[in-house]
Amino acid sequence: MENKYVGKSELRVDAYGKVTGIAKYTADLAPKDCYIAKVLHSTIANGEVVKVDIEEAKKVKGVIKIFTCFDVPDIEFPVAGHPYSLDPSHRDIADRKLLNKRIRFYGDDVAAVVAEDEVAAAKALRKIKVEYKEYPVFTTAREGLSKDATPLHPNLFKDNVIAHIDFKTSPDFDYVKAKEEAIKQYGKENLIELEKNVKTPLISHSHLELPVSYAYVDVNGKITVVASTQIPHIVRRCVAHALGVPMGKVRIIKPYIGGGFGNKQDVLYEPLNAWLTTKVNGHPVLLEISREETIVGTRTRHRMDGDIKAVCTKDGKLLFRKLTNYVANGGYASHGNSITAKCAGIFKNLYKNPLGCSSEAYTVYTNSPVSGAMRAYGVPQAVSFAETLVDDLCHLGGFDPYKFRMDNIVEEGFSDGAVKFYTYGLKKAMEIGKNHIKWDEKRDKYKNQDGRYRNGVGMCAFMYQTAVYPISLETAGVRMIMNQDGSIQMQLGATEIGQGADTVFSQIAAETTGISLDKIYIISTQDTDVTPYDSGAYGSRQSYVTGNAVYHCGLLLKETILKYAVHMKPEYKLEDLDVSDNFVVLKKNGDKILSMSEVATTAIYEKDGVNQQIRAELTTETKTNTFASGCCFVDLTVDVELGKIKINDIINVHDSGTILNPSLAIAQVHGGMSMSLGYGLSEEMLVDKKTGKVLNDNWLDYKIPTAMDSPDFNVEFVVMKDPTGGYGNKALGEPPAVPPAVAVRNAILQATGCMLNDFPLTSQKLVEKFKEQGLIK
Amino acid sequence: MAKRFINLNVNGKDVEVGIDDRESLLDTLRNHLNLTSVKKGCEVGECGACSVLIDGRCVDTCIYLTVWAQGKKIITVEGLKDEKTDGLTDIQKEFIKQAAVQCGFCTPGFILKAVEIVGENKPYTRDEIKKLIAGNLCRCTGYMNIVTAIEHAIYNNLKQKGIKYEIANNKSSFNEDEKILDEKLEKVLSNY
Repeated sequence: MENKYVGKSELRVDAYGKVTGIAKYTADLAPKDCYIAKVLHSTIANGEVVKVDIEEAKKVKGVIKIFTCFDVPDIEFPVAGHPYSLDPSHRDIADRKLLNKRIRFYGDDVAAVVAEDEVAAAKALRKIKVEYKEYPVFTTAREGLSKDATPLHPNLFKDNVIAHIDFKTSPDFDYVKAKEEAIKQYGKENLIELEKNVKTPLISHSHLELPVSYAYVDVNGKITVVASTQIPHIVRRCVAHALGVPMGKVRIIKPYIGGGFGNKQDVLYEPLNAWLTTKVNGHPVLLEISREETIVGTRTRHRMDGDIKAVCTKDGKLLFRKLTNYVANGGYASHGNSITAKCAGIFKNLYKNPLGCSSEAYTVYTNSPVSGAMRAYGVPQAVSFAETLVDDLCHLGGFDPYKFRMDNIVEEGFSDGAVKFYTYGLKKAMEIGKNHIKWDEKRDKYKNQDGRYRNGVGMCAFMYQTAVYPISLETAGVRMIMNQDGSIQMQLGATEIGQGADTVFSQIAAETTGISLDKIYIISTQDTDVTPYDSGAYGSRQSYVTGNAVYHCGLLLKETILKYAVHMKPEYKLEDLDVSDNFVVLKKNGDKILSMSEVATTAIYEKDGVNQQIRAELTTETKTNTFASGCCFVDLTVDVELGKIKINDIINVHDSGTILNPSLAIAQVHGGMSMSLGYGLSEEMLVDKKTGKVLNDNWLDYKIPTAMDSPDFNVEFVVMKDPTGGYGNKALGEPPAVPPAVAVRNAILQATGCMLNDFPLTSQKLVEKFKEQGLIK
Repeated sequence: MAKRFINLNVNGKDVEVGIDDRESLLDTLRNHLNLTSVKKGCEVGECGACSVLIDGRCVDTCIYLTVWAQGKKIITVEGLKDEKTDGLTDIQKEFIKQAAVQCGFCTPGFILKAVEIVGENKPYTRDEIKKLIAGNLCRCTGYMNIVTAIEHAIYNNLKQKGIKYEIANNKSSFNEDEKILDEKLEKVLSNY
């Protein structure tokens, strides 16, 4: 039977509220009498706070209290948005305090002012004097590995290495041995070897809403924080840890949020704010940081610096590869090695490795902004390594990059032992992309160009896990409760962050229960005091993991409805009934037996009856994980004199299983593609090597794409029902942000013959390269 | 610092507010008048989330002092309504229909920018629309559906006025039938 809601382009359930201003975000809800908190940040990148003088600052009219790094609890806590692990060795690194004496990056948190208003808080901040003892600054991972670099967290690590990993196809893989084997099998004259280095940029998430929270102590003594977060239940745990209070003492409320993209999959200033309110008698405190503080002091996408080498045969067989990746993590661990590990895994798995592969990485503390989760979690970097490598080999060997990928890329049925392609649409996706862009015709036409304007077509492929099992727990809680009129409230721990989760969950609930979509009231706000547990929005997990929970909860609710209907109409048997369009109906002919409101009203008010408000609640654990995949194809023109890129045509094709809501899915892909073009062409936080200071901490100097930078995007899906997803769906939230940057880079390679390896490919870098290669004088 | 009183017409209503001379219109609208659709994104005029209409022109209120607004007419999305139906304006409807809304934080600013653009009664191309909205940032949508929504709103407006306008994308980016979208919208609106 055809679905009624799932798979349809339903309009967003929150769109009306968002076009009218009814939808409220954290700062909109803050009580008018909030005190204002502001944070003083370090003006050195590496060292120690010797003394903080707050005497002058205290005299500012309107200042309530000032706290310094010498006042906060002596507790180090973790901030990563991961579920807790019962295995201590698998827990997130607890390496920061609410305010820090030991300064690890330029902009570290030293003191906090609580004042009656913003002007007083700002004035007081300027009057605080800090004396530092400074150490030499190192901002790159390679410097961090040097013996001269001061260990930033000596109580946790003897050096600055958070983790050193090496994912190999087999434990005895060795590059030199693989090369000997290749020479033996194919002859030295038949091999092509390439060694290269690729650098990826430090990126700011640039969600429009600033990280903000307000905190107060409620009538029952609970420390309550209303926060712009993707992960309310995790924030609760980390706040409790940071303050040294039991978890039940903390309550987190999450209203609508203005984007997160992974930055708000970290605990940011919620713990500090929770602590501040306890120090001012529970009075509400608003802590909203500025854009500049957000760019410098929250989280970023990791800068990776990868040495890559590989060998293929002269007839286009990719034999073996090695990546050594130096990952700058900034002054604190945040998600630490998890992102590096995901990058390493995808690099290894994306191609068949007949003679093996090693994906080695060092995640290193550095005196630079802290890196954490960002949309697609290390995979944009993985394809920056793997997919530039492939096109460079093709360039050297004269292979067609499409055909080379078709021959060498990961095959149907691949499993890495835990995650598997239960459905596989990668090659089909590449075929669709190739046809759209008119690959064969254009690759031929764009050969051997000269002159100022040169065209190129390029591609990039990827694969992507759906959710985080088996690395982390994957559970989701859902509650449905019916009103007298037969409508329901649905409550979940999973969060709407702009991606459309509330709409898709409502569609699944309507489809499964038989209650029409307009009678499903999803409660968008999460409140850890009342909302069931779910880890939150990250890892492209929610429509897979939580979607599955909604599906099962819907079935349970329907069963409860039907049982009550049989109680009311004993002449029918449970197995003969169904719910359709708000009626209990006969399965065989659709005859209406009872309306939903009759069932719901009777269930509540019937004297001597069962007296049950009809409801369902459950938690499901997902114990599968399936690979999604896809590709991007682009056609562009390079102005070699100005180093400008004009995108003529671009398409992302996604193998994401069934598509729950095509309109929202396509919109999601547009946003991801735009984000990747920023990574590819314009976005890069510049960190001064001497001081560790971020030089472009605002949106005039840090360039996210504007409408003028954004071409119209084409989107296609390879639709296959995945056997593991609730409705056959696989990851889609993050994957769109993976391939466009590298497809652009590879198209520039075709257009100009230049191998660019330092993202983003800004005009300046292009012109420098074109000069070096003799394209321009 | 001493407060001063200032007179504004906000969303059709005359108001008198006591403000600090140094106050931005953003802070006045949010903090004194509780118009929270006016969003704070950067505070230096880079992102456009705080856009409102001041005497019909779209302005970043974070870099506009409230004292400059003395006697002026201000419109925020809270004050938008269709003159005939009293309901949503066509622009708001197009934003919903074309899936131009995601997290929604930039949405009020874009809608007010669109009011200014559509009100010019000019047959702007997609590229021209992109240039006109380049002062408003969005990180969720890649702008494509926002441009399409504005294009559709221009089309609807010019059609009413009998001005010919060739629309580049006469379909939504997701190829949904216009009629089905209208039916779905009606259903959504009936809930409010």
